[in-house]
Amino acid sequence: MGTVNVKVLERHQKTFWEKSYIPEISRGLGVTVKQFFKNLSPNKEKRDTFTIQYPEAGTDHYAERFRGQHRLMKREDGQVRCVACMCCSTICPANCIHIEAAEHDDPSIEKYPKVFVIDELRCIVCGLCVEACPCDAIRMDTGTHMAPRTDRTTAFHQRDDLLKKGGISIATRAGQKALASKSS
Amino acid sequence: MPEWLISLIKILVIVFGFVMAVASLLTVLGDRKQSAKIQNRVGPNRARLFGTNILKDTGIPHFIADGIKMVLKEPTMPANANKFLFLLAPGLVLLPGLFGWAAIPFADQWCSGQIMVSPEYQEVCTGGEWKNYFQIMDVNAGLLYVFAITSVSIYGAAIAGWASNSKFSLLGGLRSTAQMISYEVTLGLSLAGLILIYGTLDLNEMVRMQGTQLGGWLPMWGVVVQPVAFFVFFLAGMAETKRAPFDLPESESELVAGYITEYSSMSFGAMQLGEYAATVMIGALVAILFFGGWQVPYLYGDGFHFGTPNGTPDLALNYYVVILLRIGSMIVKTLFFVWLQFMMRWTLPRFRYDQVMTLGWKILLPLSLANLVITAIVAAIL
Repeated sequence: MGTVNVKVLERHQKTFWEKSYIPEISRGLGVTVKQFFKNLSPNKEKRDTFTIQYPEAGTDHYAERFRGQHRLMKREDGQVRCVACMCCSTICPANCIHIEAAEHDDPSIEKYPKVFVIDELRCIVCGLCVEACPCDAIRMDTGTHMAPRTDRTTAFHQRDDLLKKGGISIATRAGQKALASKSS
Repeated sequence: MPEWLISLIKILVIVFGFVMAVASLLTVLGDRKQSAKIQNRVGPNRARLFGTNILKDTGIPHFIADGIKMVLKEPTMPANANKFLFLLAPGLVLLPGLFGWAAIPFADQWCSGQIMVSPEYQEVCTGGEWKNYFQIMDVNAGLLYVFAITSVSIYGAAIAGWASNSKFSLLGGLRSTAQMISYEVTLGLSLAGLILIYGTLDLNEMVRMQGTQLGGWLPMWGVVVQPVAFFVFFLAGMAETKRAPFDLPESESELVAGYITEYSSMSFGAMQLGEYAATVMIGALVAILFFGGWQVPYLYGDGFHFGTPNGTPDLALNYYVVILLRIGSMIVKTLFFVWLQFMMRWTLPRFRYDQVMTLGWKILLPLSLANLVITAIVAAIL
């Protein structure tokens, strides 16, 4: 039969003060009281609070690739860049883009969207529509969220509202030299 | 003014104007804002009053919104619950917290004549009589009355747990009952030494006697003569009101809400308010018994006396100013101890149940007994 070697560890026995926990409680109280008064100081810089009061402040804390609400981009002459190729509505996993195409007078731009509706409530903010678009017509870089609302119909963003948020993009087709101005 | 009108005004001002106001504000300011400040965040600050920005940052409109919600919510009752007991329990939790305030003094009795201070630190009312305007009920056994009333709130917790017809509520109710009766004993015993020294159960008289000064400079507050009793009383008081770190009965993450689980809307509101009212009561009791209550150090009826009073005050003050200072002192002390109880809640982790029982019976009770014995020996010697 084997024997088990038991190693007895020297445990630190608590002194009377330590057992009563009074010094520990005082230290804990010190920390909480200090934080309490620090966060109450009238000088907001001295506070440890880092809560951002959204939506008054803090939209500039987002990353550059943050996906927010959609916007439609314009050509240099102000027309909509979208040629109603249906790429974005096809790839959208939530089926929230509804496009109706119409014929454009200019034969080099064959189509334009007569109706372009995005149901922002259904949108899952995946960004696939932005990746799918070959024309840099749709972007999600507005940096704003969907605000809470009491009426669902106000969440159907029409083409003109999306254009209003949009800016002029001077990207050329097929991804070459996609320079864009971030004006909006 | 007829007697009953004076009593009615006192009840309205003290119970509704002070206790209920503080207890209800504590739901927002104490629990949410104070904990937020400790935890480096901002508490609720979004609710608005009628579209204006008044008081938005303090979070107080949230309390009003919560109150309206609580009143308008549907009160539910579990299927096989005992209807009478179920409806009785919130009352039994809330009302003792309010009834106990009948004996708490907010300032000394009104002297319709002139006050003179004797060298034994006693105030003598010459040319008039003492009138009781700042204490709802001037009862000789004030302390006994307060403890008797707070003992009734144990029934509330037990009945709430039983009448909810739910295993978790029953467990919570049993835990709370066991904890409360354990700490009741310590609560009473820790004050035995204090009663020995002051020789009276009248709360107003006790506060008056704390105006005497030892050696001419140290006000003989309760904490000076009985520091151990203060410590034991404060801890036992926090355990009595089931305040963290002793909040096993409501242990939010373990028993849902303990005996409060099946209560909704105003019944729940009544129980929460009852708990906060009891917290304020413990704060007021600590202030009265150990920290001089309405006594401001060196302040007597006619002004400040530094050192042994010798007839004329060193800094004479109008009587009304003195009364205002005294009421202010009582309120400030009570609020400080309420604040301290909330601080303890957010500092200490919750006790395990056997640790609660060990602390109550094996540590605090012998401590209070030893305190009593030593006080008796010292009092017999001196």
